[in-house]
Amino acid sequence: MFDLTGKAALVTGASGGIGGAVARALYGQGAAVVLSGTRAEALEQVRASLGDRAHVVAARMDDAADIERLAKAAEAATGKIDILVNNAGITRDNISMRMKDEEWENVLQVNLTGTFRLTRAAIRGMMRRRFGRVINITSIVGVTGNPGQANYAAAKAGLIGMSKSLAQELASRSITVNCVAPGFIATPMTDALSADQKKAILGRVPADRLGTPEEIAAGVVYLASDEAAYVTGQTLHINGGMAMI
Amino acid sequence: MSDVAERVKKIVVEHLGVEAAQVKEEAKFIDDLGADSLDTVELVMAFEEEFSIEIPDDAAEKIQTVGDAINFITSNAKS
Repeated sequence: MFDLTGKAALVTGASGGIGGAVARALYGQGAAVVLSGTRAEALEQVRASLGDRAHVVAARMDDAADIERLAKAAEAATGKIDILVNNAGITRDNISMRMKDEEWENVLQVNLTGTFRLTRAAIRGMMRRRFGRVINITSIVGVTGNPGQANYAAAKAGLIGMSKSLAQELASRSITVNCVAPGFIATPMTDALSADQKKAILGRVPADRLGTPEEIAAGVVYLASDEAAYVTGQTLHINGGMAMI
Repeated sequence: MSDVAERVKKIVVEHLGVEAAQVKEEAKFIDDLGADSLDTVELVMAFEEEFSIEIPDDAAEKIQTVGDAINFITSNAKS
């Protein structure tokens, strides 16, 4: 089950907690993996921990030309992109009254617009090959909202609507488009929270613990697999029961 | 010229699964040959490959009939 031998994946934000775990999991199932992100050294470390089927292409998701270059370089490295995991994301938290236009725009630019641009570039080859898996890492807050994250929640909700539209456009070509929505996962992004904040969050998680990046990666592996061919336009919530939607 | 027309028609027949007799130059991909909007994107991609050319989006949008495709390719093809 879930064998990805012969498949090629592109994972953005691959130096992060969830992105790194996703890259390792896809690699572990036999896929070739292109690791992308802004931090070339951190990406090299992930690549070194994998093996011959892993490649690094650093790119900025707020730069349209760089995204085009990434798609071409990834296809050049592995011959194709069968599986695209749009995981790259940033936060610029602030209460809305104080949120600067720049904070709003940067988050939308990277998390939503960049994802759309990369997906648009990657689906050309997928259409030609009549196979594709696009997996967008959204967030529980895209569905529930979160104070201080109007920008991030808007971008993540946007990914869900975008994925449903793409799923309908591409289903007839055997390309599926789905989202994985993590709840609170132990990563550098959530490490930044204070102990009080973490305690408050855990009070809302029936599983009474943070999730692990590997638990998110397992959902991605499933959606990337041949076995998930009939699943499209869906959002898989992995959140310890924090929200049941 | 006729060679381009033959190759274009062959691609249309293969891609849309229509009879060669239906693929007249005035035939519209969507209205006459049953293509959907994704099919037209794929046809353009197939023409690009077959003739080693690039068809920009604004030009692709104007290619609505078999004849439009033949004319565009004839005036832009290298091979």
